[in-house]
Amino acid sequence: MDDYIVLIVSCIFVNNILLAQFLGQCPFFGTSKKMETAVGMAMAVIFVLVMASAITWIIYKFLLVELGLTFLRTIAFILVIASLVQFVEMFLKKSIPALYAGLGIFLPLITTNCAVFGACVLNIDKEFGFVQSIVASLSYAIGFGLALILFAGVRERILLARVPRPLQDTSIALVTAGIISLSFYAFQGMV
Amino acid sequence: MAKSITHEFVKGLWEEVPPFRLVLGLCPTLGVTTKMQFGIGMGLATTFVLVCANILVSMLRKAVPPKVRIACFIIIIATFVTLVELLMQAFAYPLFLQLGIFIPLIVVNCIVLGRAEAFASKNGLFLSIADGLGIGIGFTLSLAALGALREILGAGTITLWEGIELVNLTSIFPGFQPFQFMVQAPGAFICLGIMLCGMNMVGNR
Repeated sequence: MDDYIVLIVSCIFVNNILLAQFLGQCPFFGTSKKMETAVGMAMAVIFVLVMASAITWIIYKFLLVELGLTFLRTIAFILVIASLVQFVEMFLKKSIPALYAGLGIFLPLITTNCAVFGACVLNIDKEFGFVQSIVASLSYAIGFGLALILFAGVRERILLARVPRPLQDTSIALVTAGIISLSFYAFQGMV
Repeated sequence: MAKSITHEFVKGLWEEVPPFRLVLGLCPTLGVTTKMQFGIGMGLATTFVLVCANILVSMLRKAVPPKVRIACFIIIIATFVTLVELLMQAFAYPLFLQLGIFIPLIVVNCIVLGRAEAFASKNGLFLSIADGLGIGIGFTLSLAALGALREILGAGTITLWEGIELVNLTSIFPGFQPFQFMVQAPGAFICLGIMLCGMNMVGNR
């Protein structure tokens, strides 16, 4: 049990997928201009990341390793993620239209979100078991959502501030992200 | 406007240089640039995938049905990424270990898919090669510049390749204290932000 608590804390705070591992930067800067879109993206990532890591783990262990095809990992994983996203989209549209409307355009964008692909690969590289990878993925996704929503909150305030012209837009966003990353850096000694 | 091969090549070096002008592909940019050497290695691997994917996408652009084009592009890119992974394991193993997860991640690098979709699927073979090479070299140079800046501040050295040190500040100034912050995670964001600001200042003049 203690192991899992350490794993959860380490995945959410210490090895935060956005601010310490640098995965999923495109949605981090792309969807953080408004709080609404940030929340939508965070939800979509939590949803897909957990499913994707479960399915890729099963495929890797019971298909690729058994057949000695581990070098096909990259191709297999990206295909699984792309089709999973497509499938989830169709399923939500049919059965839970409210959730589908909420996640909207963020679902297809997730196919090229490196956080999803990266977390799946990390779980395999670290040789996690099935339950461990699910817990790790969920924590990564929560960490992603937390960082994204915090960042969106700060960015909304920056709109009201006076920023020197060359620093405007992406430039100031990067510096802000650096400062948020610094605050997460304080968790480093915890685990 | 007639598109010339030189124009397509040169635009990747300044006009549309990723990740500064096109804010794409930030993950490897921030993740691997703790040393100039890693930046160059990552840039070259990405360039290889970019050029090969552009060649194949451009050659197949009339054969691929528009509805499934993205899926086809991703498979093409994933194939070349696997190729790079295996080649690096064979010939540049230490570098492969350092870059780690970022090599398979080229497959989800928005620059590669973006060029395939926005350029190679609409243009001829030679233009696409020029575009891929230009963007790739521009990306490599940006990573190298960011890597060099972070390394000189954070460790006091600039490493061009394994074992070849261009500059070593600690041997010139014995009292030099490296600013460790720069080679750690928060330094990456701040360094890139300040470089982007510098580029905006030069560009707006």
